[in-house]
Amino acid sequence: MAVASRNFLDEAVDTLNQARYACAMQQGTLFSSISLTVGDVTHYLRELLDSDEVLRDIWVMGEVSNASTPASGHLYFTLKDQTATLKCVMWKPQAMRLHFPLRAGMAVEVHGGISVYEQGGQYQLYADAIRPVGEGALYQEFILLKNQLESEGLFDPDRKRTLPEMPAKIGIVTSPTGAALQDMLNTLKRRYPLAEVLIAPAAVQGDSAPAEIVAALQRLNRIPDLDVILVARGGGSLEDLWAFNDERVVRAVAGSRVPVISGVGHETDFTLTDFAADVRAPTPTAAAEMATPDKTDLAERLGQVTLRLTASAAMKLEGALDDNAALRRRLERVSPLWAINDQRQRMDDLSQREILAWQNRLHSLRLENTGWQQRLAALNPYAVLQRGYAIVSTCGGQVIHSRAQVTPQAELRIQVSDGAFKARVTETNSGGEK
Amino acid sequence: MKNQADNDLNDLSYEQAFQELEQIVEKLESNQGTLDESMALFERGQKLSQYCTALLESAELKVQQLNPAAIPDKTEKSL
Repeated sequence: MAVASRNFLDEAVDTLNQARYACAMQQGTLFSSISLTVGDVTHYLRELLDSDEVLRDIWVMGEVSNASTPASGHLYFTLKDQTATLKCVMWKPQAMRLHFPLRAGMAVEVHGGISVYEQGGQYQLYADAIRPVGEGALYQEFILLKNQLESEGLFDPDRKRTLPEMPAKIGIVTSPTGAALQDMLNTLKRRYPLAEVLIAPAAVQGDSAPAEIVAALQRLNRIPDLDVILVARGGGSLEDLWAFNDERVVRAVAGSRVPVISGVGHETDFTLTDFAADVRAPTPTAAAEMATPDKTDLAERLGQVTLRLTASAAMKLEGALDDNAALRRRLERVSPLWAINDQRQRMDDLSQREILAWQNRLHSLRLENTGWQQRLAALNPYAVLQRGYAIVSTCGGQVIHSRAQVTPQAELRIQVSDGAFKARVTETNSGGEK
Repeated sequence: MKNQADNDLNDLSYEQAFQELEQIVEKLESNQGTLDESMALFERGQKLSQYCTALLESAELKVQQLNPAAIPDKTEKSL
């Protein structure tokens, strides 16, 4: 085989030299050169490579990137290592027999032959078999760094701080042009517009990303009353998210004075930044949600507290009025006449108007309470069902609030907190006042 | 006196106002103190509640973008 290919090469070189020589003779000089067509050169290169024994049957190890399968069903990808890249193609019949999906970052061994794709002017590996070699190099790097930082205690659970319940100032580290930023701002606007947001822009992929993320974190840490920092980036390939596995970034997140929530990539992506953050959110939007309470919940809590406020004030007032009345009765019963008269007069003088005033207030407090109850009911009509109440309606859906609406044997629908059931009226009673 | 109290309300964050309101309610519910004290607490509580409601209804997210940070030079003089 080796001999045969040597002969072929010699022949090809001879052909070239002869052509060159013939041309030079024609033009009368040995030093002028003729031009070959692009096709000639490319074809020559192809024959050169095809005739090489080593290149015809090789295993190549590298990391997969840019894997794609167009409609044709052929599989195109690039193998790379730290120094070089190699284009690869696997035709549909072999590609269909692959037992695993080829993904960026995987370390694989590919078998095939190297040849030239003449139209594209590139050499490539025509693959006929692919096998994974352990885990990808990037992943191994990730595991190594993870183990090291873990042993330093950077990811310890007791390092995690609790987040403020209602942050007034929220810092965001992300790309100023990314969709992630818009997602977070929209979420914050909807849930918790009470906050003030400070965006510290940073590239989130590429070589400059780690240094920019660290610088942005440092800037936000210098703001004295900042409550929480979101470090976020939308989804992307393993390489796109790599900045968040950079040691500098991970250390900066762990060392942040202000609590950090990470929201990098999608739910399935885990970066070392996630391990170092006080809280890991699956996405940027989720990070914004975890940082803030929801306005609707706040309004409901406020309603409940305000209801307790007016209720307790009304009770206090009622108690005072009762005490007053009781005192007066005791006075009438036990005191000597002179004292009664004396006290009565004082009571009349001092208290009569006051009591009326208090009674008026009590009345208005009760009104206010009713008002709050209605507002609360508007916020959450079904909350009350969980406390054991039910909504009774006709099977046509009309809510029953009066005995007059039902007749014996009528079928009613009873709505409770976890569903509804039907019931039949056996009898009706008048009265029933509480 | 009253104006002063109202003014310091405006400096409160939602969280501070809500916390004070919760404390007032707890005090009122424990039913200690005189009627007058209770009514004063109630009035303060009412103002806090209105303030919180107004904040929730009118708040708009404030967004500010910091200038891109200068990345510290690797050749720093310190050592």
